[in-house]
Amino acid sequence: MNAKAEDHSEITLGFQGVKYCAPNHTATPILSDITLQIRRGETVALLGRSGSGKTTLLKLVNRLLKPSAGEIFVNGQPTDLMDPIRLRRGIGYVIQEGGLFPHYTVAENIGLVPGLEGWGRDRIDARIAEMMKLVGLELGEYGGRKPRELSGGQRQRVGVARALAADPKILLMDEPFGALDPVTRAELQNEFADLAQRLGKTILFVTHDLREAMRVGSRIVLLAAGKIVADARREEFLRVEHPEVRAFAASFAMPNEARA
Amino acid sequence: MNLLDFFSSHRAEILQATLAHLFLVVVSMAIAIAIGVPLGMILVKRARLRAMALGFASVLQTIPSLALFGFLIPLPFLGGIGTRTAIVALVLYALLPILRNTVVGLTNLDPAVLEAAEAMGMTETQILMRVRFPLGLSVVLAGVRTATVITIGVATIAAAIGAGGLGTFIFRGVAMVSDAVILAGAIPAALLALGADAALGLLERKLKVV
Repeated sequence: MNAKAEDHSEITLGFQGVKYCAPNHTATPILSDITLQIRRGETVALLGRSGSGKTTLLKLVNRLLKPSAGEIFVNGQPTDLMDPIRLRRGIGYVIQEGGLFPHYTVAENIGLVPGLEGWGRDRIDARIAEMMKLVGLELGEYGGRKPRELSGGQRQRVGVARALAADPKILLMDEPFGALDPVTRAELQNEFADLAQRLGKTILFVTHDLREAMRVGSRIVLLAAGKIVADARREEFLRVEHPEVRAFAASFAMPNEARA
Repeated sequence: MNLLDFFSSHRAEILQATLAHLFLVVVSMAIAIAIGVPLGMILVKRARLRAMALGFASVLQTIPSLALFGFLIPLPFLGGIGTRTAIVALVLYALLPILRNTVVGLTNLDPAVLEAAEAMGMTETQILMRVRFPLGLSVVLAGVRTATVITIGVATIAAAIGAGGLGTFIFRGVAMVSDAVILAGAIPAALLALGADAALGLLERKLKVV
């Protein structure tokens, strides 16, 4: 596969003055003044504490939630004019523990969206094989297993494979590696960072872990109390002058200082 | 009269009553499932209607069975004396456990799985048929099992309105003050209930998705 084709003129994902209030809590918006543009092929880590609104922001993209104000654009088109089913079929989605269907085998989970899209059986089977190879799982050994017969890390791999199966241009990930042990977690983060480089997808990745954001993201957007407080390339992020950035940096640096 | 003597001398009659009983139960359960399961599926996405339907089914359940049979007799089409009235009453009784378990089974699911299904671009119908139904099926079946056991018991009372079945022995035994005759109805009814419970329990465990 060729190197990541980055075309900086092309905005894949756009938020324009977006606000989101939970039903019945209109006084305190969960997100406000969100304006953000993400170019094709970027891997953006959405960083923030619990309750900062990062998962909400993610769910606005595929219309699992609808914004209270403002507009969201996918491939230049406002999402409120699009059929949500069509919109979602073109966007991969990975959540913690994968959200795999427990009654389907690994292969059936991965082949689900291609099946919904009406692909032929042979093409689906070929795609399942391709996706399992991509995430490093042996088809013969794991294809027929149910999710409960896999380890946490393997389930997460299947979650990624399933999200990529119908070849979406955009991938949304909500703390996908959050439930894993630290060693497996670091392995998957590094593998995934490589994968993201190779695939050239536009990726929005929610995390509360600065280390993870640095490993996976080419750009880091920091949310605090429902607002974007920092937005910088990975290399420059720690130099941003904002108390919340420093708070994250401090939590990141502490173990080293304690050792010194 | 000795119980074993009565059983052996009335073998054919007991067998015939058991078959009549089974007929009442099978027909009533088939109708109750055909109404309760699709209704439960429709109610998954309609919270207000769901509360109303479950409330209505609960009220039906509180009516004493003998009274319900009595109420139905004067009704046109549904009522009268005989099997048809008995089936209507049995269906009404079986409805609540089936409806309640269908609703609970199809709604009380891992939210992460439902969110993933929606995010992947499955339509409501696809989520219902391919995710909710297979994952909730064992709970639906538990409702069918409860309803079947209840129906086998309540069906003995159907004899009071001339619907036949094992209840005929029980009512006759009460009138004759004969334990043997009562047991000729009660024992096969109990065995039917135990058998249905065990068989459906087995099926339920088989369909359970861990």
